[in-house]
Amino acid sequence: MTTNILEMRGITKTFPGVKALANVTLSVGRGEVHAICGENGAGKSTLMKVLSGVYPHGTYTGDIVFENETVEFRDLTDSEAKGIVIIHQELALSPYLSIAENIFLNNELKGRGGLIDWNKTNFEASKLLARVGLRENPTTRIMDIGVGKQQLVEIAKALSKEVKLLILDEPTAALNDEDSDHLLDLILHLKEQGITSIIISHKLNEIKKVADSVTVIRDGKTIETIAKQDVTEDRIIKDMVGRDLEHRYPDHTPHIGEELLRVEDWTAHHPQDTSRVMVDHVNLHVRAGEIVGIAGLMGAGRTEFAMSLFGQSYGSRISGRVFLRGTEIKTRTVAEAIEHGIAYATEDRKTYGLNLIEDIKRNISMASLKKLEKYGLVHDNEEYAVANEYRTSMNIKAPSVLVKTGKLSGGNQQKVVLSKWIYSDPEVLILDEPTRGIDVGAKYEIYSIINRLAAQGKGIIVISSELPELLGICDRVYALSEGRITGELPVEEATPEAMLKLMTMEKPR
Amino acid sequence: MTNPNPPLTEETHAVGGNINPVQNRFTDRLSHVLADLGKNGIFIALIAVVVLFSILTNGILLRPQNISNLVVQNGYILVLAIGMVMVIIAGHIDLSVGSVAAFVGAVSGVFAVQWGLPWWLAVILSLGIGALVGVWQGFWIAFVGIPAFIVTLAGMLIFRGLALVVLGNANIGSFPAEYRALGNGFLSDVFGDLEIDPLTIGVGALAIIALVVQQVRTRRGRQKYGQDVEPILWFVTKLVLVSAAIAFFAYSLASYKGIPVTLIILAVLVLVYGIVMNRTVFGRHIYAIGGNRHAAELSGIKTRRVDFWLFVNMGVLAALAGLIFTARLNLAGPKAGDGFELEAISAAFIGGAAVQGGVGTIGGAIIGGLIIGVLNNGMSILGIGIEWQQAVKGLVLLLAVAFDVYNKRRSGGQ
Repeated sequence: MTTNILEMRGITKTFPGVKALANVTLSVGRGEVHAICGENGAGKSTLMKVLSGVYPHGTYTGDIVFENETVEFRDLTDSEAKGIVIIHQELALSPYLSIAENIFLNNELKGRGGLIDWNKTNFEASKLLARVGLRENPTTRIMDIGVGKQQLVEIAKALSKEVKLLILDEPTAALNDEDSDHLLDLILHLKEQGITSIIISHKLNEIKKVADSVTVIRDGKTIETIAKQDVTEDRIIKDMVGRDLEHRYPDHTPHIGEELLRVEDWTAHHPQDTSRVMVDHVNLHVRAGEIVGIAGLMGAGRTEFAMSLFGQSYGSRISGRVFLRGTEIKTRTVAEAIEHGIAYATEDRKTYGLNLIEDIKRNISMASLKKLEKYGLVHDNEEYAVANEYRTSMNIKAPSVLVKTGKLSGGNQQKVVLSKWIYSDPEVLILDEPTRGIDVGAKYEIYSIINRLAAQGKGIIVISSELPELLGICDRVYALSEGRITGELPVEEATPEAMLKLMTMEKPR
Repeated sequence: MTNPNPPLTEETHAVGGNINPVQNRFTDRLSHVLADLGKNGIFIALIAVVVLFSILTNGILLRPQNISNLVVQNGYILVLAIGMVMVIIAGHIDLSVGSVAAFVGAVSGVFAVQWGLPWWLAVILSLGIGALVGVWQGFWIAFVGIPAFIVTLAGMLIFRGLALVVLGNANIGSFPAEYRALGNGFLSDVFGDLEIDPLTIGVGALAIIALVVQQVRTRRGRQKYGQDVEPILWFVTKLVLVSAAIAFFAYSLASYKGIPVTLIILAVLVLVYGIVMNRTVFGRHIYAIGGNRHAAELSGIKTRRVDFWLFVNMGVLAALAGLIFTARLNLAGPKAGDGFELEAISAAFIGGAAVQGGVGTIGGAIIGGLIIGVLNNGMSILGIGIEWQQAVKGLVLLLAVAFDVYNKRRSGGQ
């Protein structure tokens, strides 16, 4: 009989072409709060999906021992039956149903004749709500309560299933300070009741507050598990970063010219919850020929900043000033932004970047059809010729430009998106996660394209959650945390440690 | 256009370009033919339906008078189908077109009969009313953001109601002759009453020449820009077949009463809207919005504005359909336009438009409409009751879309 409630041994999980987890080991003691740290993409969420049966037994190798018993989960229902409940970052609640209905969803309390006993449901729900400290009527609809309270409903739902091990994936990422504190207190309170928790987080002060031990994962491998008394920020950061930067980035000699774009006091609020500040008085600038990075952890407001700047495509109550070559410009609509020479290549190609049922040619011309117009008609042969030039120069691997973009690989799709924006002839390109979901070879090509654009005197802003990538290709890097710029470093001074410190810097309270 | 981007490093440069599998000339030609047949499956379906009913009706279907009837009887559905397929490509739907057609027909009755306005003024004013109806619906859809299904469902009730209000429980009838020509008129007898109308033959010949010139020019243009073109043999075969069809069609019309005015209206619409959809920025934006609205917005396309004008356009075309129908019956009645929306929607979908938007063509919708027309006409000649006609048309719609879905899945599309 060990004191560990959970042992994961030698877990290896591969996706086509990628080894997401390599021989990962995780031991969680009974009744403790165990934190898992790692950069975006390190494999934290994958590991939790293996544990909870989202990736069923057989799709990975290695053993999971839960309560001294080797378990083989086929799906979430299996793991929940054993008392393992995972609460994802994106909450899985149905907005139009009541709190009580959500808590007992697919676990309905039935009375006589197999019909749902609503009195009992609401009564039991109110008992659970009391346990998590949520003062709400169980018949209130989920959409009528805030995200913080929704998080508590998720936990109440977990408690209804007699949870033994509670997994929380970035539980405070979307919460304000007060709600975060309340949630962390609740986790400690549940610990007193004997519930073990795993909390995935990269907020270091939060970890120090609640965790009894911390396991750091990097590149799909366990680095080490640190006991509470030995936890220091520096140690965790070193573990998270500690990789040598190989020769994965093409050489780049900057020729930096005059200032192209300057943004002053840029502020944007959440589109629905208009009191929540998502981008907080951001000031930044980019010069001709310069590659500027924006580093930030998940939820720091990187995409929110870029999209609110690009024709107010995100957010509400947006304020701030934008200058192009020293002259103030307005970017209230996307068309206006494009006209002023700003381009934004989205982080989510398939949802926001491409028309997947249309061919390469028409995707490339989509933002610049006016250029191809002659006597009111689109010159389609010219369009073909233009698309073909980009196919060659950007090395888009497709037999012709008439191939639908839905059939291309991620790397080639990204090249089509970049072609589209380069053809719009921008002065400043904002590239959001330009290498997400792309294999290593194609990444190198994308980096080369970025260098080439800089060499032509364009200003480039790269947003990335991969710190090494930013440090590998940028001339200057901004750190973003909680919607604020927390620092700005030339790349020579931007060590991963220094950057992570800035990226996790929180608002003074 | 010069290339703004010199090639990448040498190692990456070598990989692109030719990754076509080795093909000999025969398989290359065959694949062109097969791809064309696949793309024009709907066209082949039309031919099959025509052949089937020619046999079943002992050739009555293809008699000159019946061919002329086919055009005139389906004209208003085809006009609606043009607007409808555009709306569907953008990812919307319009359920109100039948009611709008009835409403505008009634209003035109007031203009042309009760007020005695000149026929051309009545027509222009009626089309203007159609545009206003489109402004109304477009406003709710594009700027308030209410789904088109709801707005046009409401419009279906609103404009049917208004049509009844305008008619005041009575039919309005006996329109001026020029007005009636929209639905019943023929362009002929310019050269006297001959057995075979020379004007019709002349127009047919001109149409064939125009087609050949346009096709050859397009082919030359593509070759000049180094694009792949289909094998010359297949190109010529197709041209000959289509020309023969036009010649037969023109001959049939010539030996009956000549060119129906409705056909002239249709031909102009098909030509203009075909160009709008393929060659103008507005048309391209419609496809882009239907394919991926988010991506279109983030490419600077003013999606709301496009949505708005689409429905204004639909309103005008619905009005035109209403005029043609009223002219044909010489009567504006309360039941006018009943079920038109369903026939127009069916035409668009049979013609290959996709339910989720982004895909479809004007030509496809016209052929879809003709298939429905031939089914209607053929089954009527055979004396099949209206109840079975409905059932058969429903089945054809279902099978056509099912075939389309199956085809896409097989080709591994999205």
